[in-house]
Amino acid sequence: MSFSLNNNHFSKLQSLIALFMLCVVFAVLSDKFFTIANGLNVMRQISVNICIAVGMTLIILTAGIDLSVGSVLALCGAVTAGLLKNGIALPSLNLFIGFTILGAILAGIVVGSLLGFFNGLVITKFKVPPFVATLAMLTIARGLTMLYSNGFPISSFNSAFTFIGGGWLLGLPVPVWIAALIVITAIIVTKKIKLGRYIFAIGGNENAARLSGININRVKIMVYTIAGALAAVGGIIVTARLDSAQPNAGTSYELDAIAAVVIGGTSLSGGRGSIWGTVLGALIIGVLNNGLVLLDVSPFWQQVVKGGVILLAVIIDKMNSKNE
Amino acid sequence: MLVTKNITKKFPGVIALENVNLKIDAGKVTAIIGENGAGKSTLMKILSGVYPDYEGEIIFKDQPVNFAGTADAQKAGIAIIHQELNLIPYLTITENIFLGRELGNAFGILDKKAMHAKAKTLLDTLHVDVNPDTLVADLKVGQQQMVEIAKALLLDADLIIMDEPTSAITEAEVETLFKVIEKLRSENKAIVYISHKLNELFKIADNYVVLRDGKTIETGLMQSMTHDELIKKMVGRAIVPMQKELADANAKELLRIENICLKQKNKASKLHNISFNVNGGEIVGVFGLMGAGRTELLETIFGVHPAASSGSVTVNNKNITIKKPADAIRAGIVLLPEDRKKDGLVLGMEVKKNISLPCLHEVEKMGLLNDKKESTLAKKHIQQLGIKTPSENQVTKNLSGGNQQKIVLAKWLERNPKVLLLDEPTRGIDVNAKNEMYKLMQELAGKGMAIVMVSSELTEILTVSNRIIVMAEGKITAIIPAGEATEDNVLKAAISIN
Repeated sequence: MSFSLNNNHFSKLQSLIALFMLCVVFAVLSDKFFTIANGLNVMRQISVNICIAVGMTLIILTAGIDLSVGSVLALCGAVTAGLLKNGIALPSLNLFIGFTILGAILAGIVVGSLLGFFNGLVITKFKVPPFVATLAMLTIARGLTMLYSNGFPISSFNSAFTFIGGGWLLGLPVPVWIAALIVITAIIVTKKIKLGRYIFAIGGNENAARLSGININRVKIMVYTIAGALAAVGGIIVTARLDSAQPNAGTSYELDAIAAVVIGGTSLSGGRGSIWGTVLGALIIGVLNNGLVLLDVSPFWQQVVKGGVILLAVIIDKMNSKNE
Repeated sequence: MLVTKNITKKFPGVIALENVNLKIDAGKVTAIIGENGAGKSTLMKILSGVYPDYEGEIIFKDQPVNFAGTADAQKAGIAIIHQELNLIPYLTITENIFLGRELGNAFGILDKKAMHAKAKTLLDTLHVDVNPDTLVADLKVGQQQMVEIAKALLLDADLIIMDEPTSAITEAEVETLFKVIEKLRSENKAIVYISHKLNELFKIADNYVVLRDGKTIETGLMQSMTHDELIKKMVGRAIVPMQKELADANAKELLRIENICLKQKNKASKLHNISFNVNGGEIVGVFGLMGAGRTELLETIFGVHPAASSGSVTVNNKNITIKKPADAIRAGIVLLPEDRKKDGLVLGMEVKKNISLPCLHEVEKMGLLNDKKESTLAKKHIQQLGIKTPSENQVTKNLSGGNQQKIVLAKWLERNPKVLLLDEPTRGIDVNAKNEMYKLMQELAGKGMAIVMVSSELTEILTVSNRIIVMAEGKITAIIPAGEATEDNVLKAAISIN
């Protein structure tokens, strides 16, 4: 009877099995892989991707896509860094506004939310396909980053800020805590509140959702705004970790995020998937990257392997849904 | 030219055609006549190779045939002009006419000149004065229909099936079409002509075949028939009306519709000044043939076409501005859409999640969705409506059509609507489920709801309605109280244009 439910469990299990097998293979091939230090290392490396991929999951569940998150990440990182470092100075008005760490971080997140909100607005009100709208934003946000930073990195902050990227808390890197918080919140959103249910309904059948009285535009705008905010969080972590906001930070991060979502079993046509799957997807990508580096595989081959894994994941997923 | 022997076609749960025997002669126009759902389109789809699976035998030009697809049928010499236009909007007329049959040389280079010239000749025969290089998207619907006909002419088929070819064209174009048909007839081709417009049939057809409930009822010469006799043959059966309580004269008016119009950009007007009212406890049936604007009427009331529509909706003596479905729902109007799979349900979601979708606030507990509350709510409706499902956690797509339809109803009942708009509530569900649906509707009306039911099944309309609104070409042509309604006068009103 509930075959599809079992199937769902099965595909979740598949990702877990894949992850487990990867770990076994790398543990056998490299004695450096299966250590606590390396485990924490992997977790820290994937935490930024998880921040972005969680937002991406919400968007893809509505049958949308967001290509702009990498650039938005860079812009928000730069804005936070710039405000922290230089504040806002308007010599002509004899005005200077300085920013505390919290203020600068909030400002960065506000900028990310606004860009996401703009994405959502363009997609819903002007009916621009998400692919095109966010492709435009990818370019716009990157350009704005260059304009804001004049193309130079903004570097060296006090240790309270860099703690966000490089610090430790209760035995875990701070970015891991942040990512975990985001994941838990997102799981609650998708499973336990109305917004989450509406996201699944819209992705599953937008017509039926609209005729059920759901405000489709509002839900979509919210989802893109959330994704923008989460990209900003990612940007702040990256900036703090490197102690520098690079104008070309986050390039092609959107692809890693999409890869994590897809490997995690979320359907690109919307309505089906989970945050938990995305976390597993991000872990698989992270372990793969880390393992291949430890094995000294050339970075060129790493890309080939990663692409192959994405293909394999989608093909398996297709075969699963065909059996339904 | 073509003979069918005992053609039977079954769909899951429905027998669409049962032992249909036809004889179509060369040099004659054969009219196929029947109500909506009589099986005309299914039969034509079998003849033209759209449905390769059926029981029975088709003999075409003295050879038994079994077409694997439309290309197969075309090769044998059968062309069909479908009711829905099958043209590609951003290709030119020439490109559409020659699609899949392009002329070219041995190297695969297209011979545009030859195609252009041939297209021009075809358009000339049809008196269509348009450059063949025009994009189909830039044509009027009537002209598109003519292109569709040109496409069939190019095939030089021996049997041409025309499914409602005049539904979108002007009278002058109809005249031209008839001249073309006469010419084809003189060339000894066979024409099968399907139309709801009986006047046309008397003008052009030689023979007729009446289909009813998937069976051939009668065949004969058109000359020996009259308009009224033909309608009687289409309808044919005596029906036993259900025990119907007469609408309470003192009942409160719950829904009033005034001057509803619908005109979408670049399209013909779909609704003209529709006005009517519905009282609490009353079931109003809306009947009309294909394209009469029934579905559009319900959708417009429900706020699906806010930009293209005008008119006023009053619920319970309060004038309501409806800009989107959510506004209608808030005012107490709900819609059971025509296509439950496309518009009614999220098929991949569990039963309980579909039921709770419009009323999620009711299953919240401190801002979080509460699984227990949701299950309780779903179970309540599953029990009340008799939905057959292993549990409320079943994925909706695994249920039968009738049960899916009840889920759509369930999700609305939780909102205690005042006005229930039902669009083909029993489409594609079996007889038992239909009867259950009728009983439910009467129960709901008994509780004081105002129900508007659109249906293309005349029997259904007569069975459940207290009052019948008949529509044709976007207008109301008759409003008939249940006591005076017969199949004859309802169908006449539905065909009554011209």
